[in-house]
Amino acid sequence: MNLYNIIFYLFAAITLVSAFFVVTTRNVIYSAFNLLLTFFGVAGIYVLLGADFLAVVQIIVYVGGILILLLFGVMLTNKIVNVQIRTGATQILPATIAVGAFSGILISLLVNTEWKKVGTALPGASTTANLGMLMMNEYILIFELLGILLLVALIGAATIARK
Amino acid sequence: MGILELAIITIVKILIVLTLVLLTVAYLVYFERKISAWIQNRIGPNRVGYLGLLQPFADVLKLLLKEDIVPTVSNHPLHALAPMIALFVAFSTYAVIPMGPTITLFGWQIPLAVADINMGILYVLAITSLGVYAITFAGWSSGSKYSLLGGIRSSAQMISYEISMGFSVGGVVLLASSLRPIAIVEAQSGLMWNAFIQPIGFITFLVAAFAETNRLPFDLPEAEPELVGGYHTEYSSMKFAAFFLAEYANMIISSALIVTLYLGGWQIPFIERLNLPVGLTVALQVGAFCFKLAVLLFFFIWVRWSIPRFRYDQLMSLGWKVMFPLSLLNIIWVAILIMVFKI
Repeated sequence: MNLYNIIFYLFAAITLVSAFFVVTTRNVIYSAFNLLLTFFGVAGIYVLLGADFLAVVQIIVYVGGILILLLFGVMLTNKIVNVQIRTGATQILPATIAVGAFSGILISLLVNTEWKKVGTALPGASTTANLGMLMMNEYILIFELLGILLLVALIGAATIARK
Repeated sequence: MGILELAIITIVKILIVLTLVLLTVAYLVYFERKISAWIQNRIGPNRVGYLGLLQPFADVLKLLLKEDIVPTVSNHPLHALAPMIALFVAFSTYAVIPMGPTITLFGWQIPLAVADINMGILYVLAITSLGVYAITFAGWSSGSKYSLLGGIRSSAQMISYEISMGFSVGGVVLLASSLRPIAIVEAQSGLMWNAFIQPIGFITFLVAAFAETNRLPFDLPEAEPELVGGYHTEYSSMKFAAFFLAEYANMIISSALIVTLYLGGWQIPFIERLNLPVGLTVALQVGAFCFKLAVLLFFFIWVRWSIPRFRYDQLMSLGWKVMFPLSLLNIIWVAILIMVFKI
């Protein structure tokens, strides 16, 4: 077992253990805190794979933005409206069936896909330049459409908030 | 360079930077008190040691020996975790700040930054965005309305100003066409400092830095007349000291970032024309970095004791209606510079 494997298994352990606690803990705040560790573990694996830009963006967008908004909502409603927000187990049977079917699909995909190994060398000095080129040339339509989607969501949120 | 040597060099660099930062924080508190005293026509601390120079150590000792009081209604794990997150965020951002040019020592090329990573600037933005957690957790877990209000104010403020901060950095990155702090510093050689080329971005970044560090005139999260002490009302002893330390460490990191991004980093304009020996040049350049840092820190303290606090709605409308459009304007300005004037 070399250093690379040790680091990989460390991050994988962080991701899986914290993800387990996200699902099982009853307190939503603890759940959110464990989600933070999960995102960190995933970011670590991205760095290990040489996708440094993706890792940093993962932290900025998910940890710095989305999760903090989530936490905000939970904390505010919890303290001000005085409702205890706790997660419980309901609809166990349908949930088990759905999860079983979904993980079956995932595992069958995992087994049946022909994984291509594109060299073990890390990408060169700058990963952002190539990403930018791809986004502005090859995937420009998707990029612009996503921008419009976000704009629509923004306007929608503002309209709902005004009511 | 083998992995062992790399590890040793990195650990030595981390220890040096950490010691420097802690010492700077200690004396920053001293100078904050001295400068505020001068501004208010007082004498300031002058009892402990010569001119009160040992005051920081007396303060630290006092804080260490105080009783640690945790409110019974608080959420204990998160209450203890919050100051740790604050310190972690404050210290780990120093990793990418270049304090001098690459030097050759014992046959090794050593860059004078703890980590020379491609994503340097984004790394700083990512780590500072975690700072919100420390404050939100501290405010929520204390179980006190003042703490909660302070925490919420602070997170709203930090998220709002992070946007104009990010867009201001965009202009710098466009000009240097790199996210590496060392490359950004090297792109500002001569008098091509970003503060002169894109003054609007410099101002928006400076204002955002004040808001991100929760310093006056934007210290709404701990506005004493309204909130007792803000998010750290229910903290005492070393946990309070951790927040205090983190606030001053954040001030240093903001100043270091401004120096790196806008004031040419460690560069002294046209020093290469003097034909000085290499060792002296490097020493002068590290000295220049420290000097620029000290000037900015003085500016932070000077503003704190000169300008009154903003109202909360003023703060928000300044952030969203003035600073954000200005930082967008700056990006357009930089784009024009690159496309039309070919800088």
